[in-house]
Amino acid sequence: MTTASSADHPTRRDFLYVATGAVAAVGAAATVWPLVSQMNPDASTIAAGAPIEVDLTPIAEGQDIKVFWRGKPIYISHRTKKQIDEARKVPVASLPDPQSDEARVKPGHDQWLVVVGICTHLGCIPIAHEGAYDGFFCPCHGSVYDTSGRIRQGPAPTNLPVPPYTFVSDTKIQIG
Amino acid sequence: MSGPSDFQPTNPALKWIERRLPIMGLMHSSFVAYPTPRNLNYWWTFGAILSLMLGVQILTGVILAMHYTPHADLAFKSVELIVRDVNYGWLLRNIHASGASMFFFAVYIHMFRGLYYGSYKEPREVLWILGVIIYLLMMATGFMGYVLPWGQMSFWGATVITNLFSAVPYFGESIVTLLWGGYSVGNPTLNRFFSLHYLLPFVIAGVVVLHIWALHVAGQNNPAGVEPKTEKDTVAFTPYATMKDMFGVSCFLLFFAWFIFYMPNYLGDAENYIPANPAVTPAHIVPEWYYLPFYAILRSIPNKLAGVVAMFGAILILAFLPWLDSAKTRSSKYRPLAKQFFWMFVVVCIGLGYLGAQPPEGIYVIVGRILTFLYFAYFLILLPLLSRIEKPRPVPNSIADDVLAKTGRKAAPMVSSVIALLVAGGLLLGGAESARAAEGGTKPPAEKWSFAGPFGKFDRGALQRGLKVYKEVCASCHGLSFVAFRNLAEAGGPGYSVAQAQAFASEYKVKDGPNDQGDMFERPGRPADYFPSPFPNEQAARAANGGAYPPDLSLITKARSYGRGFPMFLIDFFTQYQEQGPDYVAALLQGYEDKAPAGVTLPEGSSYNKYFPGHAIKMPKPLNDGQVTYDDGSPATVAQYAKDVTTFLMWAAEPHMEARKALGLQVFVFLILLTVLLYFTKKKVWANAH
Repeated sequence: MTTASSADHPTRRDFLYVATGAVAAVGAAATVWPLVSQMNPDASTIAAGAPIEVDLTPIAEGQDIKVFWRGKPIYISHRTKKQIDEARKVPVASLPDPQSDEARVKPGHDQWLVVVGICTHLGCIPIAHEGAYDGFFCPCHGSVYDTSGRIRQGPAPTNLPVPPYTFVSDTKIQIG
Repeated sequence: MSGPSDFQPTNPALKWIERRLPIMGLMHSSFVAYPTPRNLNYWWTFGAILSLMLGVQILTGVILAMHYTPHADLAFKSVELIVRDVNYGWLLRNIHASGASMFFFAVYIHMFRGLYYGSYKEPREVLWILGVIIYLLMMATGFMGYVLPWGQMSFWGATVITNLFSAVPYFGESIVTLLWGGYSVGNPTLNRFFSLHYLLPFVIAGVVVLHIWALHVAGQNNPAGVEPKTEKDTVAFTPYATMKDMFGVSCFLLFFAWFIFYMPNYLGDAENYIPANPAVTPAHIVPEWYYLPFYAILRSIPNKLAGVVAMFGAILILAFLPWLDSAKTRSSKYRPLAKQFFWMFVVVCIGLGYLGAQPPEGIYVIVGRILTFLYFAYFLILLPLLSRIEKPRPVPNSIADDVLAKTGRKAAPMVSSVIALLVAGGLLLGGAESARAAEGGTKPPAEKWSFAGPFGKFDRGALQRGLKVYKEVCASCHGLSFVAFRNLAEAGGPGYSVAQAQAFASEYKVKDGPNDQGDMFERPGRPADYFPSPFPNEQAARAANGGAYPPDLSLITKARSYGRGFPMFLIDFFTQYQEQGPDYVAALLQGYEDKAPAGVTLPEGSSYNKYFPGHAIKMPKPLNDGQVTYDDGSPATVAQYAKDVTTFLMWAAEPHMEARKALGLQVFVFLILLTVLLYFTKKKVWANAH
């Protein structure tokens, strides 16, 4: 047996080997694509994530409800005047994740707070109307949110996120 | 092979591991340095192909199990949703379903190769018996996998096969109840079959390891049937066997891809696109093609217990082959008589396969009995006899001599046997195809379809018109429970925009609820909703249609088929003719005649249709000229309506057809390129060995 290739001058045979290996590698990579892609949400799951409408009329002042959108709990709080004042009195700069209360509600609808009810620490569900700030309290690891859903104490790094939503009318919102 | 490895790693980390777990040495001695006979032909590549197929089936199976629901009420739908909604779900399912056929195709060639070249003979008896065990496990796995989609053939196949065990004297009925976990095949049966279908492939993988271990102890057999003596007789596994196998695998993948992308349903049964119905048995219950020879043996014996014993005996007898054939010469190449009888045996097996697909009546029964006798006679009479009376030709002294002797004339027998196998395989497939030819009825004419063939696409105009016909005519009785309004806006569909699909959906009233008051209510349809059925349930549908249940139309074009007859299916294989279903549906819609021919009496409330089996159909003529108005100037005739609505139903049955064909073309271009490159690489590598 003879070795046809050597390090200093590549031969046509080397080219053939490299080309075959390269094509095979491309094929292997392309094969992985559908095998990974199938793990993504399927079409029916995506379609089921369509916007939902929520009627606000039954929610009394001081009350809050929990609805589900895309598998996530959404808190809708009908805040009292006192709660809104508490949220607005706080100097924004003193917050761990500075954000004004006005930026977290829709203009003209100050009494409605809509937040994703998932603690930004590790994904637990905070309890409404609990904790030192009359907002939300996460019993798992002790994160405390205020009446605007902003983080005030505990390990959570950011405020409760506000989901995309719009007021369809004064008493109806569309989430998503 | 056996003995301590001579693998010496130089990297210190590898050395550290190798001293504690010599796995790299094992790999090296098994798959790199392992000496393989240098005269192996391509029949030996099927071992590698089988390893690949086991891997492919396990991988795609594990993935499909992530999306499948093993519940009697949900299984069928979950399989349909895999195909429709999961990303590349259609591809994964096609690979897995066609893959089962490919696995058996390869294992049969592997077994026949072993038979022909005497690979079961001393010292490879254990290797052979392990192979028989793997084959049995494969059969169990394949059967249970076929049950999972919970279609008509799944359900009734499961009923028939489990009932085999009722032949056991005294305990039979108890065993069958034990297998079912109920009074009949039902949800518990499906659950345990799913569990076992997931488990058994790993058991197979375990036995395969033993099979390969035994192979590496005994060494590979070869076409000459003589053991390697000197170094000149063997080459290193890598790169020689590796490259050769990779080229063979690549050729095999081309064949496999033909089925995956262009004829995914060719090897399946149309009946399995009808959800399982415990109240109706299919006209012919036929197993998948790879079980047909044994099914024929089962039916040839006019006694329940004896039939079952014969069927299992036909497989188990293979395990005794090393002792039934005591000839000293291994390879049939040097056994003139054995060679001829081997090919006769192949023909007998294929003949049994053909008969397995035929209705068990008349001449088929008689021929079946003769072939069953011949099958067993080959093992029990012929092989023991031959080994005593046959005078074999002299075998070569060594493998090296064999290689030198056959320069120049090696291609011919290979080519002829490939052709013979292809024709034989075609016959077998055709046999399966024509399994329901006896059902009667005129064969519908083949229509021209825009979606036919490898490059076919749906005609957008026909899809939109067909949707209109469906909505205005068919929808008053039939639902489309697997088609969502959002599907109308998908690529490959009728070409609606998202807004159009939404508008279309909102014209429908969809039942929803319960709401906060606990009431059901109606609301406008949304894109995520499925086309509703006009009836709340099956009973209401039957009541409104004189007792006849209007089937869901989502899969109707896939659930219909008819025998194509002997020469046609061969052509169908090459032209990828997949249009039996739509031909049937289109013909049915046009087959109405106002008056039944003289001498035919129709039952009360039936209409005459020349294409409907039995000709008496409960559905009154649904389409008349001018019934639906077309905006695009297409003729408002029954023929045009039938064609359009069938095109639409074909899309409803497989929304991703265009994606399948488009990806298929890319895969073929790639595989051809890879195969050519591998061929030349292999040639260059082997040039060193000669």
